[in-house]
Amino acid sequence: MKKRSFLDTFAAIPHIVWVILFIIAPLVFVVFFAFTDTYGNFTFDNISMLSSYAHIFVLSICFALIATVICLLIGYPLAFFISQCKPSTQKVIIVLLMLPMWISLLIRTYSLMALLDNGGLLNSLFEVIGIGRVKMIGTSGAVILGMVYDFLPYMVLPIYTSISKLDPKLLEAASDLGCSNFKTITKVVLPLSAPGVVSGITMVFVPSISTFYISQKLGGGSFDLIGDTIERQFQNVSTYNVGAAISLVMMILILISVAIMNKFSDDGGEIIV
Amino acid sequence: MENKKNIIELKNITVRFGDNDTVLDNINLSIGDGEFVTLLGASGCGKTTTLRLIAGFLEPTEGEVFFDSKNMSGVPPYKREVNTIFQRYALFPHLNVFENIAFGLRVKKVKEKEIVEKVQSMLELVNLKGFEKRQVGNLSGGQQQRVAIARALINDPKVLLLDEPLAALDLKLRKDMQNELKALHDRTGITFIFVTHDQEEALSMSDTIVVMADGKIQQIGTPTDIYNEPVNAFVADFIGESNILDGIMVADYKAKFAGHTFECLDKGFEPNEPVDIVVRPEDVDIVPVEKGMLKGTVTSVTFKGVHYEIIVDIQGFKWMIQTTDYCAPDSVIGLFIEPDAIHVMKKSIYSGLIGDYSSYSEEFDELSIVDEDEKEETIEEAKEV
Repeated sequence: MKKRSFLDTFAAIPHIVWVILFIIAPLVFVVFFAFTDTYGNFTFDNISMLSSYAHIFVLSICFALIATVICLLIGYPLAFFISQCKPSTQKVIIVLLMLPMWISLLIRTYSLMALLDNGGLLNSLFEVIGIGRVKMIGTSGAVILGMVYDFLPYMVLPIYTSISKLDPKLLEAASDLGCSNFKTITKVVLPLSAPGVVSGITMVFVPSISTFYISQKLGGGSFDLIGDTIERQFQNVSTYNVGAAISLVMMILILISVAIMNKFSDDGGEIIV
Repeated sequence: MENKKNIIELKNITVRFGDNDTVLDNINLSIGDGEFVTLLGASGCGKTTTLRLIAGFLEPTEGEVFFDSKNMSGVPPYKREVNTIFQRYALFPHLNVFENIAFGLRVKKVKEKEIVEKVQSMLELVNLKGFEKRQVGNLSGGQQQRVAIARALINDPKVLLLDEPLAALDLKLRKDMQNELKALHDRTGITFIFVTHDQEEALSMSDTIVVMADGKIQQIGTPTDIYNEPVNAFVADFIGESNILDGIMVADYKAKFAGHTFECLDKGFEPNEPVDIVVRPEDVDIVPVEKGMLKGTVTSVTFKGVHYEIIVDIQGFKWMIQTTDYCAPDSVIGLFIEPDAIHVMKKSIYSGLIGDYSSYSEEFDELSIVDEDEKEETIEEAKEV
């Protein structure tokens, strides 16, 4: 094997420092706090008291799952549609799709709030056309809408990437071998774009399950999700340890779900973005 | 062969991409049942487009495609009794060998037992027994080629379309596959429509060759016809090596070129009509200078194994001659041409475009063909979108 040059080693140093400072060290702290009390003594209390948060975990998982499924149902057909457009049109749609991603998630959530608010744009419109005001902020629908709105591009882009990488000859081959357009999609396009679907699901599910501002802003305080709970624990020094324990469990949950998802994609599943 | 009915007929086919980019220009072609037909031409001549019309991936701008006397316009590929073998095979990467071959039957919802039986017999036919569980990505080019053949043939197509199927294989394998395809054609009796830019492949495999250039059919005929009686300078140049000279048909059986009047076997031209003359390199005899009809200076000699390929300068025109006798460079030799070695053709738009052998390089030819093919494909794909 070629000996690594000084430059190679040197180039990696900033990254290594970054990883140690901002990834490994925080992880160690999370684990440390999760297994200690406020005085730094080792304890399992934080973990064992998590059972009282079970309903929050279940609710968060449900919300994230629903948002992910909706994103998939909207995102897959959209990604397929984009991939069938002219190359120039594809570029325009992709830029349009990515445009919101250049704006802070927080700002997007606030703008959605302005739309859905009791005195917001939509409700003013409803009143004008005679439907009357509808309470939207504070409903589970608003929270899920927020998740779908914020994370949809993360579903569409990887799926689009994997569909557009398909050799058009494969679609012709399917058609040649007797597949109608619909069968071509189910028998060739779907299985071959599975890796894109897997990374899309992962990229929507993970931020959805850990979000706190969406549920705070659009849930109007009626929903307590894991993200909110963790945030609350960390606002008070005395509950750091419980927050760390919840974080730890959530990380493990996410790791498990990502591992399960990757099982579904072929060959150990590389994630494409 | 003549009594057989035509399985495919193309009538007045024109294909245009955009307003003024004509890819096929008023093509008429009849293909008999059970024939091995080769569409031969350089890249961009429209041969692949013709194949795609028959497969149904493309609808003609004008004209009709008939299959078994039925008009195929508007019939999608999946309802046509043809199957295609694609240039780079287009095997499904998510399926193993068995499932790739079984694909067409699965779509038709054939019973599992029948599928297993048919796939097994196909695997036997293409010599891939024991490969059922292999992933197609791990197969060699030749093996992928066989899977593609089996995947197409299992559907019992009436016509098999082959789009430069051997282009991606190395020379040795290509020769083997040529023989296998030919044998497969004889055994199955299916009509094969084969697209290639390789004239040697076309000559050795086909019943009928269709030479295409610039979106038009130049000549249709048996390999021997095409080789011995090319209709114009393009065909003569494209099929095999040939010396193409400007000449004048002085009278019936008398052709004048290279400053000499030769006896020949051609007639029916106007007196003193300007014509193109073809003399194949292997038909020229080398004789002592004093006995020669023409004399020239040898400018280069290349050993080719079976023969020497020598370039002879005769009054500034470089001839290629294939001979088993060695001639030293710079020596002066005489040439003798038998009447039946001379083929006279009418002038065409290709006259004068094809020069002599002064800048001849075989390697360069090969390379540029492959390059342009890739280009042609991308251009065609872009146009279809």
